[in-house]
Amino acid sequence: MELTRRDFLKLCGGTAGGAAILGMLGPESFLEAAPIDIPLRKRIGEKTTICCYCGVGCGAIVASDENGKAINIEGDPDHPINQGALCSKGTALIQVTNNERRLDRVSYRAPYSSDWEEVSWDWAIDKIARNIKKTRDENWTYKDEKGRVVNHTEAIGWDGSAAVNNEEAYLFTKFARALGITYLEHCARLCHSSTVAALGASFGRGAMTNHWIDIKNSNCIMIIGSNAAENHPLSFKWVTKAMEEGAKLISVDPRFTRTSSKADIYAKMRSGTDIAFIGGMIKYVIEDIEGHPENYNMTYIKEYTNATLLINPDFKGPADLDGLFCGYDASKRAYDRSKWVYQLDDKGIPKKDISLKDPNCVFQLLKKQFSRYDVDTVCSITGTPKDVYREVCETYAATGKPDKAATIIYAMGTTQHTYATQIIRSYSILQLLLGNIGIAGGGINAARGQSNVQGSTDHAILYHILPGYLKTPPPDDVDLEAYVKHYTPTSNDPLSANWWQNYKKYIVSLLKAWYGDAAVASNGFAYDYLPKVEGDHSHIAMAEAIENGVVKGLISPGHNTAVSGPNVNLEREGLGKLDWLVVSDLWESETAAFWKRPRTAPSQIKTEVFLLPAQASMEKEGSITNSGRWSQWRYKCCDGPDIARSDLWMVTELIKKMKELYDTEGGEYPDPILNLAWDYGDPPDVHKVAQEINGYDLETGQLLPSFANLKSDGTTSSGNWLYCGSYTEEGNMAARRDVTQTPAQANIGLYPNWAWCWPLNRRILYNRASVDLDGNPFAPDKSVIIWDPLLGKWVGDVPDGGWPPMFQQGTKLPFIMTSEGRAHLFATGEVLNDGPMPEHYEPWESPVKNLLSGIQSDPVVTIWKSLVKGDVSDYPIVATTYRVSEHWQAGQMTRNLPWLVELMPEMFVELSEELAEEKGIRNGGRVIVESARGKIEAVAVVTKRFSPFSIDGKKVHQIGMPWHWGYMGLSTGDSANMLTPNIGDANTTIPEYKAFLCNIRAK
Amino acid sequence: MAKAMLVDVSKCIGCRSCQVACKQWHDLPAVSTKQEGTYENPPELSASTWTKIEFKEFGEDGTFRWLFRKHQCMHCTEASCVEVCPTGAVAHHDEFVEINQEWCIGCGYCVTACPFGAVHREPPKGTARKCVFCIDRVTNGLEPACAKACPTGAIQFGERADLVEAAHRRVQTLIAEGYSNAVLYGENELGGLGYLYVLTDRPSVFNLPENPEVATSMVSAQWFSGIGTAVLLAAVSFWLFFKRKKRIEAIQQSKTEGGAEE
Repeated sequence: MELTRRDFLKLCGGTAGGAAILGMLGPESFLEAAPIDIPLRKRIGEKTTICCYCGVGCGAIVASDENGKAINIEGDPDHPINQGALCSKGTALIQVTNNERRLDRVSYRAPYSSDWEEVSWDWAIDKIARNIKKTRDENWTYKDEKGRVVNHTEAIGWDGSAAVNNEEAYLFTKFARALGITYLEHCARLCHSSTVAALGASFGRGAMTNHWIDIKNSNCIMIIGSNAAENHPLSFKWVTKAMEEGAKLISVDPRFTRTSSKADIYAKMRSGTDIAFIGGMIKYVIEDIEGHPENYNMTYIKEYTNATLLINPDFKGPADLDGLFCGYDASKRAYDRSKWVYQLDDKGIPKKDISLKDPNCVFQLLKKQFSRYDVDTVCSITGTPKDVYREVCETYAATGKPDKAATIIYAMGTTQHTYATQIIRSYSILQLLLGNIGIAGGGINAARGQSNVQGSTDHAILYHILPGYLKTPPPDDVDLEAYVKHYTPTSNDPLSANWWQNYKKYIVSLLKAWYGDAAVASNGFAYDYLPKVEGDHSHIAMAEAIENGVVKGLISPGHNTAVSGPNVNLEREGLGKLDWLVVSDLWESETAAFWKRPRTAPSQIKTEVFLLPAQASMEKEGSITNSGRWSQWRYKCCDGPDIARSDLWMVTELIKKMKELYDTEGGEYPDPILNLAWDYGDPPDVHKVAQEINGYDLETGQLLPSFANLKSDGTTSSGNWLYCGSYTEEGNMAARRDVTQTPAQANIGLYPNWAWCWPLNRRILYNRASVDLDGNPFAPDKSVIIWDPLLGKWVGDVPDGGWPPMFQQGTKLPFIMTSEGRAHLFATGEVLNDGPMPEHYEPWESPVKNLLSGIQSDPVVTIWKSLVKGDVSDYPIVATTYRVSEHWQAGQMTRNLPWLVELMPEMFVELSEELAEEKGIRNGGRVIVESARGKIEAVAVVTKRFSPFSIDGKKVHQIGMPWHWGYMGLSTGDSANMLTPNIGDANTTIPEYKAFLCNIRAK
Repeated sequence: MAKAMLVDVSKCIGCRSCQVACKQWHDLPAVSTKQEGTYENPPELSASTWTKIEFKEFGEDGTFRWLFRKHQCMHCTEASCVEVCPTGAVAHHDEFVEINQEWCIGCGYCVTACPFGAVHREPPKGTARKCVFCIDRVTNGLEPACAKACPTGAIQFGERADLVEAAHRRVQTLIAEGYSNAVLYGENELGGLGYLYVLTDRPSVFNLPENPEVATSMVSAQWFSGIGTAVLLAAVSFWLFFKRKKRIEAIQQSKTEGGAEE
C-alpha cells in the first residue's frame, strides 16, 4: 500500500532499527540548547485497515514487527472521514490483536461435559459438516403440507454476523441458502431492520441517505434515538464542523448524554414516545406550510413527494377510527390494506390535486392524521417541557427553506420499538415536508452500529431477503416466472423510472453467480434450489423455534446472542436445547460458554459446542461497508494467534467437506450443494469472491462496470447487483484511496474517488431531488448535482438516474426506486403492516394509558407464547438500554481489552436523584433491577442527567442502563437483556429493547 | 517558535480517546478501576495514567451542563517541579517539561510541588512520571498522540502564538453564544502554560486553580535543610555526569545504525 503525504515515514524508517524509548533519552536532551533528534518510540504504520467497531468506517494504520505482530495502531491521517482521529475503542485496537485472551485453539465441548477439549481444525470441520448433514437430511422438507415445493430445512439456524467482511457475509448467505436454511439471521435484525423497512417504504432504498462527512453541510442536526457522541464519536468531527459554521444541534433523549452536552437544545422525551414527538413537529410544519408557503420548498413537496396524489376515498385513519386504520381484523391482529391505495385515472396513473386541497390527497390526509398532535397533548405524552418543544419545532422547521438543510441522525433509541418502523417513517415525512431528502446536509442518517452491518444486510444474512434486497421466494411462487411477476412492480406513468422493473435481471444474475452452468433458462436458472420461506423466521421466531425443538443446530459466527438477545435468559436456556452449536469468535464469548454460565450445571446440558478461533479484522483482507454505504477495502496488517482462521476460510472448508459428503454418501436434495459454484482457490482468494459479487459478462469473461449491464437471459452473473461496479476491469474500487475532488465536490466533501459507494458510487441518494425543475440546485452554495446544458449531463455527484431535468422531454421523477417516482409521505399498499402513516402507540409495557386513542399498543405486533408482560403496579418505572462510548455491543470486543475496561469497569444503572432518594439508593451503591422477565445487579450511578417525567400530570420515573455486560471476559456483569421483552416491531420484529417496565431497589 | 496544545472544552465529547491514545503510544498499562458512580475513570492521574478526562455535572435542570476537561501536566513555563527537583531530572526541554528517568531519584518533591497534581511516582521503582508532550512525536513532526486521536478537534497542537489567537476568538464566540464566563486559561498563568484551555466557565468550575503559584519556597526549604541531602545530591550528580557521556555515545551509535538502514 503506497501512502502519500506522510513524509515522516522516511524518517520513521530511519529510526526503525533503534529501540528508542524515552527512558533512553540522554541527559544531553535537557542540557543542550538545540533540540535533538529524538527517535520515535515506535514506527508509524504503513498498512491500512478500517476500524472493526461502529459503522462510521474510520481508517487506521498498522505497524507490525518482523514476527507480524502489531506494534502500533493509530488513525489513518489520509482517511477523509476520521483524518487520523479515532475514538477510545479505535485507539485501543491493538489490544484486539495482541491479547492473551484471544482464542488460541480449536475447542470442542462434548455433550454433558464440563470442559472444552482441544481439537484439530480437520477434526472440527469434519464433525461440524457431518452434524449439519445429519440434521439437514433428517429434517429436510421437499413439499409443505399444502403440497407446495419448499426445498428447505427448518432445523438449522444461522445467526451472524455483521462483524465479517462483505465477501464473508456474501458466502455465508450463499452457503446457508444452498443448505436450504430458512432461519437465516444476524444482528442487523436487532439493530436496524426497522430502518430498512421504513426508509425503503419512504424513499425506495433502506439505507442512510447521505454519509458521515456530509453532516458538515447541515444547518440543523437533530439527534434523536441516538447518542452519536458516544456511539459514533467520529460523527462528531462533522457535527462539530457544522456547528462551527453556525448549525444548531438538537438532542432529543430521555437522558442527558454526552451528545446532549454539546447541543444547543436538549429536549427530554420519555422512551418510546418518538411518534408523538415527531407527529407534533409534522403538525407544526403542515400548518406553517399553509400559513407561510414562501418559507417552504413547494416545488419539492408537490413534484417530488406524493403529497398531491389522491388516496382511495374509502380510506379511514386513526383520526376517524380511534387509533386504527381501516381494514383492521382483531382476530388476525392484521390489516386488510386494500384501501390504502391511490385513486387511478383511466391510464392507471395516480390522480393528483396540485392545489393540495382535495380532502383525499395525501397532504390533507396527513394534516388530518396529525391534527390531533397538538403541543399540549404531545408534551403530556413525551414529558418534554413545552417551551423547549416549541423551540425544537421552530428551529427545525426553519430548514424548510429551499436553501437550508437539516438532518436527522438516529440509531437504536429509534429502531428498537414495537412501532420502530413507523417512528422512522415519521422522520421521513418530516424531512420530506421540509425538502430535506436528497440534498447536502440533509437526509436521514441511520447511524449503523457495526462496522459491516450495512454490508451484511446488503448481502442478506436475513431470512426475508436475498443479496441486493431481492425477496426470499415464498412457496406460492412456484417457479421463476411467478416469483419475478410477484416482485416486479409496474407503473403506467411515463415519468416513473420504476427501477425495480429490472428485478428479473438481478435474480437471474444472482442465480448464475451461485449455480453457474447448472442455472439455465430451462430450469428457471435453478430457482428450485432456493429454499422457499413463509412466515416469520426472524430472531425472536428463531429463539422460539430453538425453544420448541424445531431448530436443532445453530451456526453462530461472530454473534453473541447470549448477551444481545431480548429476554436473554430464555435464549440462554434455548441454547441448551440444541443438539449442536458452532461459534466462531476471537474470544470465548457468552454464547460459546453458555453451558458453564453461572447457576448452571454443564452435566445437564446436552449441546455439542464447537468454538472456532477467528481472525480479527486487521489480520485478514476484504471489504466492509460503512453506514454511508462506502465499501472500503482493508488489508491484512498483522498476525493474530497462529491457529486463527478467517471466516472465508472456515466457510470454504465447510462447503468443501459438505460437497465431499454429499458426493460420496448421498443425502436429501444434494443438488444445490453439489452444484454450488465455489471456485475461489485454496486457500480461498478474497478477490475472486469480490469479483463474483460484482459480476461478469459470461460471454466475454469480463467484469461488468455497472448493473445497467445485467441481463435476464443468463449471459451475466452478479452475486449482488447493488455491488455491480465495485470490482471492475479497472480494478478494486473499494481499495481506492484517491482524495482528489472537483471544487464543487470538495465544497460538500463528496470524496467520489475514495473507496466505492453503492449504488454506482452515488454518495447522496435521491440527489435529483436537490435541484429544481430546470436542474438548478435549490441550495446553490451546497450543490450536489447541477445540469450542465452544454455537456447535456449532470455534474457533481453521480446523479440518481441520469435523465435530464424535469422540464425536458424524456425525463423521470427523482425517486426512481418507488413505482410512482415520488417519495412517500403516505406509504400505499402492501408495504407496511401497521399503517400507511405513523400513529402513536405506547410501548408494549408502559406506565400510562395512550392519550391519543383507545388503542394502547401497536395492534398488529406478534405476541409470542414465551412472552411475559409486567404490570405497572409491580413495575412502575420505565427502563431503557443503551451503550457507552468505551464498550461495544455484546461486549466481547471491548470487555476483553484492559484499556477499555479501565475506563468503564462495571455494569451500572443510571437513575435520577429524585428516584434515588425515594428508594434509598446511594451513588456508587449496588442495586437490584427487576422486570417481569428477570433481575440484575449493578452499580447505581445517581445523576442529574436523568430526571422524572411529568406524563399527563403524573410523575413517571425512568432509568437506563448499558447492555454490554455478560458472564465472560475480563470484565463481567449482569446483562441488561435479562430484563428486556421478546416482543418485536410490527414490520420487522426488531425487539423492543428501548422501553419496558421495571422496578429498582438498593441491594 | 514555541509549540503548545489547546484544549477547547466546548468541543470535547468526553469520549476519552485521548486517554487511550496516550496509553497506546507510551505502552502504559491499564489501571484496575471500579464503577463508583461516575463515568470518570481512573479516579486519579498516576504513573500509568498521564492524562484523563474529568467529568463534572454542573448546574440544575434547565441550566444543567455536563462538563469534560482533559487533565495532564500543563508544561508550565514557571514550573514548580523544575524548581524543586534536586537532581535536575525535571527540566525544560524547549517549552516542554520532561523528567529524565535516569536522573530521577524518586524523592517526590515534584509530586508535592505540582499545583495541578499532574506528577506521580511509579511504585515500586519510585521515579516520577507524567505527560511528556509526546516529545518524540513532536520532534519528528507528528502531533502528540492525544491530539491526533481527538475526534472533534477539541485538542489541538500547534504554534503557541497561533493557538492563543484562535483561543481568544473562540472565547469571544462562546461569550456571544451565552457563555458569559468563557475564558482562555493558560496564556499567562505560571508564565504561560504549554496547555491552553478554552473554558466555558470560570477555571474553578473545571477544578483549575484561578491563580496558580510556583511552589518553590516551601519545598526548597525542605531539601536544603539537611546536609545529608546535599551529600546525596553531589553523589548523584557525579554519577550522572559519567552516565551522560555513555548515553551520548550510545545515542550517536544508534543514529548511525539507523542511518545505515535507511
